[in-house]
Amino acid sequence: MKKSIIAVIVLSMAFFSLSCGQQKKEYRIAWSHYTGWEPWEYAEHAGILKKWGDKYNITIKLERINDYIESINLYTAGKFQGCAMTNMDALTIPAVGGVDSTVLIIGDYSNGNDGIITRGEKSLKDLKGKKVMLVQLSVSHYLLSRALDMNGMQEKEMTLINTSDAEIGAIFKTQKDAIAVTWNPILMNAVKTPGATMIFDSSKIPGEILDLMVVHSKAPDELKKALTGAWFETMQALEDKEKMKAAVEYMAANSGATYDEFIAQLKTTAMFYKASDAAKFSKEEKLKKTMDYVRKFSFDKGLFGKAAASADYVGIEFPDGTVLGDKKNVKMRFDDKYMQMAAEGKL
Amino acid sequence: MEDKIFSELRYPKFFGFAARPSGKLKLFLTALPFILSIAIYFTASQIRHAENPGDKILPTFTQMGEAAYKMAFEIDPRTGERLMLTDTLSSMKRILIGMIAASLLGLIIGLNMGLFPGVEALSSVFITFISIIPPLSILPILFITLGVDEFAKIMLIFIGTFPLICRDIFLTVKKIPQEQITKSLTLGASQFQATYGIIMPQVLPRLIDTTRLSFGAAWLFLIAAEAIVSDSGLGYRIFLVRRYLAMDIIIPYVFLITFLGFVIDWSLKKFVASRYSWYIQSKG
Repeated sequence: MKKSIIAVIVLSMAFFSLSCGQQKKEYRIAWSHYTGWEPWEYAEHAGILKKWGDKYNITIKLERINDYIESINLYTAGKFQGCAMTNMDALTIPAVGGVDSTVLIIGDYSNGNDGIITRGEKSLKDLKGKKVMLVQLSVSHYLLSRALDMNGMQEKEMTLINTSDAEIGAIFKTQKDAIAVTWNPILMNAVKTPGATMIFDSSKIPGEILDLMVVHSKAPDELKKALTGAWFETMQALEDKEKMKAAVEYMAANSGATYDEFIAQLKTTAMFYKASDAAKFSKEEKLKKTMDYVRKFSFDKGLFGKAAASADYVGIEFPDGTVLGDKKNVKMRFDDKYMQMAAEGKL
Repeated sequence: MEDKIFSELRYPKFFGFAARPSGKLKLFLTALPFILSIAIYFTASQIRHAENPGDKILPTFTQMGEAAYKMAFEIDPRTGERLMLTDTLSSMKRILIGMIAASLLGLIIGLNMGLFPGVEALSSVFITFISIIPPLSILPILFITLGVDEFAKIMLIFIGTFPLICRDIFLTVKKIPQEQITKSLTLGASQFQATYGIIMPQVLPRLIDTTRLSFGAAWLFLIAAEAIVSDSGLGYRIFLVRRYLAMDIIIPYVFLITFLGFVIDWSLKKFVASRYSWYIQSKG
């Protein structure tokens, strides 16, 4: 009995000292499958992520979460220090949830990756009185809302049916009068159905649906620099004609698409390959206008929660210091600092 | 002295749980796990809120109360309805139609299966087969074939609960002694009279009991169906607001569902006890 107790104590001391021996801090980053975020997996596969982590003496652990919303929820709950998400979800989930977040990298905007498809109706006006399937309160809903705004119509004129993205493609193909709002690759697949038309897509609202890498504002400099450096080095690889082939092959295989399908998906994803372009975009007035649309939409749909009295509930800060919303409750920050450093090669 | 030793030996001693608790102690013991759970939740919620006042994952009781009040009594500006009420009515409609259909059809088919060997040969194996298919795995197929309307959701509840009810009635009818059926036919009853006049009334309380117990599964299928394709309902609302972590709405909704389930269960139990007291007694 005594011997076994001593053995246990010695073993646990050894284990404890081993784990204390690790000096490098570890940071967990979450992502989920989407064309604009596949490069993160490639960055890890090609060793780019490790290289940048070593440069700043940290360990970056990239984890793929199967459910996009779960990844954001886990980030909001504190299980991850960073997560890939859209601008709208960054505002409505972590920011409204009180988690001060910084948009570290603006990776791309949807330039046709989201759209409204019908099996007969030819224009938005024809949607009046019909049933529209979509994932409610997602970017699809935002897209529909903007499409209706631009055509002088109201959501009240039709019935929205919340349909899981897992089923929406199959249901669209089999229901003869289906109308759906969804995203790639489901969108691309579904529009191939005979008689299907895409009556509106995100290329008509360029620069409004943004795909980002969001981290805790309090995350250390090293993490922010490492992530930004790794991302834009991967972007350079995608621009290089030789490296691109290998990268796309890997990303396509990893996401269950063929090489050509992935190239087609990249066409409707306007990626900011150059850090300078991304940094410049974050400083433009258009971004403020976009975030204004997004926050008004989010508040109208009740996404700010029952406690919010107006769209000003959460403050959104921009690189030039202006704040949209409550200055005393800034929870979402667009920061061009690291993208600018990447552009100037200072990382 | 001997009795004392023997009684001590019979029950393992463990903080006096061996003894039968008195009335008040029993009440306290019943309430204890609930009180502990609420206390743990409260502490965890306070800790999270101390770190981050905007935390949405463990809302305080006030937050949940406010959210529940708003859902229940305020008119939603976009749809002009009281959301909690509309959601409850939608879900109740689906589950009640599904369950009533499942129990009526289960009764009729089970009854006939039990009494007529030809019907048994036709349906028994097939219904057993259906009962083994996990209903949630055919959920996508249902939506693809039956569309996105009410019918598909009600059908899922039906398919999930009908096989069990049917087989239960079938087995109950089989247990009825053959002499009784022979006696009634000898006394001049037609097949129809024997089935629905003599056997069926005996089986009714069993039907209600089995239906009552199947409600748990029915709620599961209802929530699953509403999570995938719906425009209203309790499950729909939970999965919709889950998107932006509105636990202050989700937790009250879960309690509402529990409460509704409890009310249904209790009412059915009381109904059987009042109308079919002979059934309760014979069950022992």
